[in-house]
Amino acid sequence: MYDFAYHKPASVADAVALLAGADDGKLVAGGMTLLPTLKQRLAQPSDLIDLGGVSGLSGIRREGDALVIGAMTTHGAVAASAEVKAAIPGLAELAGLIGDPQVRNRGTLGGSICNNDPAADYPGALVALGATVTTNQRTIPAEEFFTGMFETALEEGEIAQSVSFPIPEKSAYTKFRNPASRYAIVGAYVARTAAGVRVAITGAGPTVFRWKEAEAALSANFAPSAVEGLKAPATNLNSDIHASAEYRAHLVMVMTKRAVAEIA
Amino acid sequence: MNALPETGIGAPVRRREDFRFLTGRGNYTDDINRPGQLHAWIVRSPHAHATIDAIDKAPALASPGVVAVYTGADMVKAGVGSLPCGWLIHSRDGTPMIEPPHIPLSPERVRHVGDQVAVVIAETRQQARDGAERLAITYSELPAVISMPDAVKPGAPLVWDQVPQNSCYDWEFGDKAAVDKAFQEAHHIARLELVNNRLVPNAMEPRAAIGDFDRGTGEYTLYTTSQNPHVIRLLMGAYVLNIPESKLRVVAPDVGGGFGSKIFHYAEEAIVTWAAGKLHRAVKWTADRSESFMSDAHGRDHVTTVELALDKDGKFLALHEHTLANMGAYLSTFSTCIPTILHSTLLAGVYTTPAIYAEVRAVFTNTVPVDAYRGAGRPETTFLLERIVDVAADEMGIDPAELRRRNFIPTDAFPYQTPVALQYDSGDYFTTLDMALKEADYAGFEARRAEAARRGVYRGIGISTYIEACGIAPSQVVGALGGRAGLYESAEVRVHPTGSVTVFTGTHSHGQGHETTFAQLVSDLLQVPMESVEIVHGDTNKVAFGMGTYGSRSLAVGGMAIMKAVEKVVNKGKKIAAHLLEASEADIEYKDGKFQVAGTDKSKAFGEIALTAYVPHNYPMETLEPGLDESAFYDPKNFTFPSGTHICEVEVDPDTGVTTIVNFVAADDFGRIINPMIVDGQVHGGIAQGVGQALLEGCIYDEKSGQILTGSYMDYCMPRADDLLNFKVSTHNVPAVDNALGVKGCGEAGAIGSPPAVINAIVDALSSLGVRHVEMPATPLKVWQIIQDKRAAKAA
Repeated sequence: MYDFAYHKPASVADAVALLAGADDGKLVAGGMTLLPTLKQRLAQPSDLIDLGGVSGLSGIRREGDALVIGAMTTHGAVAASAEVKAAIPGLAELAGLIGDPQVRNRGTLGGSICNNDPAADYPGALVALGATVTTNQRTIPAEEFFTGMFETALEEGEIAQSVSFPIPEKSAYTKFRNPASRYAIVGAYVARTAAGVRVAITGAGPTVFRWKEAEAALSANFAPSAVEGLKAPATNLNSDIHASAEYRAHLVMVMTKRAVAEIA
Repeated sequence: MNALPETGIGAPVRRREDFRFLTGRGNYTDDINRPGQLHAWIVRSPHAHATIDAIDKAPALASPGVVAVYTGADMVKAGVGSLPCGWLIHSRDGTPMIEPPHIPLSPERVRHVGDQVAVVIAETRQQARDGAERLAITYSELPAVISMPDAVKPGAPLVWDQVPQNSCYDWEFGDKAAVDKAFQEAHHIARLELVNNRLVPNAMEPRAAIGDFDRGTGEYTLYTTSQNPHVIRLLMGAYVLNIPESKLRVVAPDVGGGFGSKIFHYAEEAIVTWAAGKLHRAVKWTADRSESFMSDAHGRDHVTTVELALDKDGKFLALHEHTLANMGAYLSTFSTCIPTILHSTLLAGVYTTPAIYAEVRAVFTNTVPVDAYRGAGRPETTFLLERIVDVAADEMGIDPAELRRRNFIPTDAFPYQTPVALQYDSGDYFTTLDMALKEADYAGFEARRAEAARRGVYRGIGISTYIEACGIAPSQVVGALGGRAGLYESAEVRVHPTGSVTVFTGTHSHGQGHETTFAQLVSDLLQVPMESVEIVHGDTNKVAFGMGTYGSRSLAVGGMAIMKAVEKVVNKGKKIAAHLLEASEADIEYKDGKFQVAGTDKSKAFGEIALTAYVPHNYPMETLEPGLDESAFYDPKNFTFPSGTHICEVEVDPDTGVTTIVNFVAADDFGRIINPMIVDGQVHGGIAQGVGQALLEGCIYDEKSGQILTGSYMDYCMPRADDLLNFKVSTHNVPAVDNALGVKGCGEAGAIGSPPAVINAIVDALSSLGVRHVEMPATPLKVWQIIQDKRAAKAA
């Protein structure tokens, strides 16, 4: 790890000011990706701005037909939350599938979505559930938030503060894990809402995407058999030593089918 | 018979060392800090193959805290020697293997990613690393050769200019003429090409070393993560740094797992010791996990063709093996004997195959050196044997259990001379097979397969009837086969004046639980409480000599040395007792902790004899020296031959390619058992590692760049608890004949027997698709692809 200046601001405004004043400042939430990167000397930020001291960024609350979860809420808190389990059990299950207990007790919702690792789990939930991200400047629909591999719509000085998840009729997340890292090789989040069925796929491509063909098929017939014959296109899917693009394309169907089976 | 049933031989005593390990009170190499200690950072090659054109030390030396920078050129100039290889193998034409030099820091040329190029030494570890980043090295990349089949092609790039076709040796073994004849006359020939996948050892504790030098006495001390500190002292002192044993102490304190990878003499040990001598300060190095991946010697990595000839009844007539064995870029300490002496000598397996012929070519590649890893050569043998037996069974339409039974060495045939040098002293393969078949409900399997098929999954069952040769090794045999050292073991049993006992063993415990097992053994033999027996190992200044721990040898060889020393203690005690009791020495019996005049009630307790030996007021000074402290060296008469049956049952999900182990049964013969709980632990751990090799683990290189693609736990998949299930282990123990304790060794058997059981089960599960073989690791991707290909072929 290289030297850096460490700050622990008490407010979002202070964090933004620190970020603006730094040569190459980085925000740190749970640090579950950033700290290993620093330890391996793969990044050399001048300043680390720890959001752990900013009040009001964590917590889970019901707001009308939505669950609002603070950006600094840990995966462990989401997984264990009675509120989440009651309103969106698929989301609680997803949070419980992230990493291991140590990671879940440190890693945060905001950290995960702002890093936008292609193999992260949360982006699938945000997109399938039609969530919106509230920052210190605006609200951003999930589909516009995740713009590419490790890229988001966040502007300079913009800090994600919470995510609002509309409560679906039913939803489920099924994940095919990389056997080594346990990240998602393919994760399928299927949500059945009043507006229709949404299927979001994470892990398979450079960033989360909706599988519209499956959505159409499931809107007509919400059953595992509806996606059985579908084939997700393998073009643009990731390929590595653990999974070829063809295999991922196949798993997109299998994981979607299994998610549907959980709630059909 | 046993007066100490709670702690004696056969009692499942809890491991006494676990208290300190589990409560953070262990003392590992990285826990040790010496006054004035400096820190070393090893600069490693980013290239698989390159010349080192220039190294500019100045920017590194100018970096804050940096004290020294050394390169290979500095080592050559100082006369530092080459890391030696301990085993000489001759090619079939009689020429000795080619042994390229291995200077701890590579001068002139680098030969694998991670090769040591320079060391930067600074006041702190961070400063050493900062300095290392500023070291300016100019390389010219050379063509690299990564895969073995590529390396042996004509015109392939050469890892070493002096090694044509990258061939270290081309070895043959066995009776070619007899095998050729048998193949001509065979009713059936089964043939299979297979790969034994390269593994990264991944001990929980990364390697570490501290070199220290005492300017006052001229003594060097090396603290190191080693399985055999005396061997390191011998190799490093005599071959690399030219330091006499009397001036070199090697300490291997608590060591957090080795699995073979900590047997070898590594460059970093010599680097820190040499640097400490130059700088007159202690120098510490601790690997981070990334370094472990690219600098710990890897395991396995064979490419093999195996052929089995059978008669019409399925009797094995002959076996032929052709193997390419990867050495990596340099010869690690025992690398050359692993695919030969420890491998092909086991090709008879548990079978009466009369004719066997092996051809093994050792190949240099631009990869990390390969050496012993849990099982060392025997898992490779067992995998090819147990796979080809299953292939033959399938092709001839004979049940795999029945085909094995037809070819087992009969239980009344021991001692059994195999056609490949080894003589098995005892065994009973039928009983362990029957036990495992019963426990696994082999008879009821087809119903379970049918039930699984109704759920849309493939279910299979796989058998492996393994044997292994351990307790290495008879020194004369080793010498005749090219070993450059004998493989005896030493022990010292020091009885203190008040009757407590310290046992010094030349073996080394790094997870095996010797402090418990050996204390039980001595307690039982001497009939003294286990609490009064302490076990000391791992320090050349405490233990006179030792060959260390590997090859499941500690009990069969080290334990025998302890037994021999205990016998000497008892014999001397009898002399003292005879004097005190005014009886003839021949009339003294030692029983239940007492020296007794046979047939009388006259006796002296063990403690009284010990006190008399050290406080010799009434003592036969003319004929007997005071003291009660005896040493022994024991050279084994033979290897020991644990054997057994592993049966694995799996389900394969065709939708995902995921293999789930639904049952795993092991029935083993380990000879006499001292502590059954420790044996169970060893078996469970060994099977977990074997399952890891079969399903999860594989070191993958980028074939162009020579970078390790599985260089961290993000991509190298170690088995986790939730990948496994509770194995059902049992034993049927036939005592070894060739050692007085009757023990055989259990440390590696789990990793040796299990991989083919897993793969046989997967192949069985997929047999309806026409699958003949699945390479390890049978990852979901690989299995799914095979299913897709076979289904497509069927549809076409």
